[in-house]
Amino acid sequence: MNKLVEYKNQNAQEFLKGLWDENPVFVAVLGMCPALAVTNTAINSLAMGLATTFVLLCSSILVSTFKSIIPKQVRITAYIIIIATFVTVVDFALAAFTPAIHKELGAFIALIVVNCLILGRQEAFASKNPVGLSIMDALGMSAGFTFAMLCIGIPREVLGSGSLFNIQLFGDSFEPWVVMILPPGGFFMLGFLLLGFNWYSQKKKERALIKQKLN
Amino acid sequence: MDNLMWIFISALLINNFTLSYFLGLCPFLGVSGKLETAFRLGLANIFVMLITAACAYVLNTWVLIYAPYLRLISFIIVIASSVQFVEMALKKLSPDLFRALGIFLPLITTNCAILGLALFSTNKGYGFVEGMIYALGAGGGVTLALVLLAGVREETRILNIPNVIQGSAINLIIAGIISMAFMGFAGLFSS
Repeated sequence: MNKLVEYKNQNAQEFLKGLWDENPVFVAVLGMCPALAVTNTAINSLAMGLATTFVLLCSSILVSTFKSIIPKQVRITAYIIIIATFVTVVDFALAAFTPAIHKELGAFIALIVVNCLILGRQEAFASKNPVGLSIMDALGMSAGFTFAMLCIGIPREVLGSGSLFNIQLFGDSFEPWVVMILPPGGFFMLGFLLLGFNWYSQKKKERALIKQKLN
Repeated sequence: MDNLMWIFISALLINNFTLSYFLGLCPFLGVSGKLETAFRLGLANIFVMLITAACAYVLNTWVLIYAPYLRLISFIIVIASSVQFVEMALKKLSPDLFRALGIFLPLITTNCAILGLALFSTNKGYGFVEGMIYALGAGGGVTLALVLLAGVREETRILNIPNVIQGSAINLIIAGIISMAFMGFAGLFSS
């Protein structure tokens, strides 16, 4: 029984670390290109997050299943081929089912291949851990990535075009802050989010220090 | 000739790869601490982009018309291996150039700017000459962005910046301001 609890805890831990402690965008600053390029609307951010989730999950499963037969010398090439295969699947699937979103995201779907987040997880986690843990890790990391994408995408859409998921939020008197949906807005939004993140963790550290001194 | 000029200027300034497509951000934020390193990384980028454009043209003309679904996989493998090959040739033929660019080549081989270049020039249906000019413009644009950011970052080192904003946050905000300045180029061509 104890072992079962421990096992469950480990799974939950792998999932949660991707969401917050090791958040790929805010903490590790990985996968920046898609995080900035397609977050001009909330729908695009969500679609990109889900596409990345699918690719990361499938490649993690495949890599951790075949980790013992992939030769060490050509492992990076093998990972890239696996990732590229799944990205091609996503690319064609999106073109078939949601042509409008596919057109908006354009070449950035194909560019998931070179998202360092995905290759990084294969090298750092899936190639060393059993399938179950790798699935949890992939799910946690991609949940963290999707969360970050929405954190950037939602404010950009609300400020830049006054809508959320294409639903108008404000009346006619709202003057959209156009620069937020243009490229500079992406840089500013992520810059300010990182600033907030840094500020929060610094406050946390200071509070811990004060507590230590009091004790 | 006008057309080629337009392709070059458009890739260099108006649709700058780093500042308006957000491609190649990892080296953009990682290696822009010193002006000289940034400039050399930019040169390496131009070099790899030219090889990429040539590879993409060859693949698109002779291979991928028969198997379009292999596009991504073949782009990555062919570009990565040709860069490796050229790197070996360079080491033998011109050690000076290799020393200047060498350490950056593995870093930027098939990063998003490189693969993005191959994909964009395929989507736009460029021929060989157009593709090379496009690569030159895009590489020049990346170099320009890198050098600009590195210049500003060297200045910020002597300023008194609050702790919380140091690191990626301040770099992103500087990049945003540079990107905003580059948006002014959007009206460069009226036709």
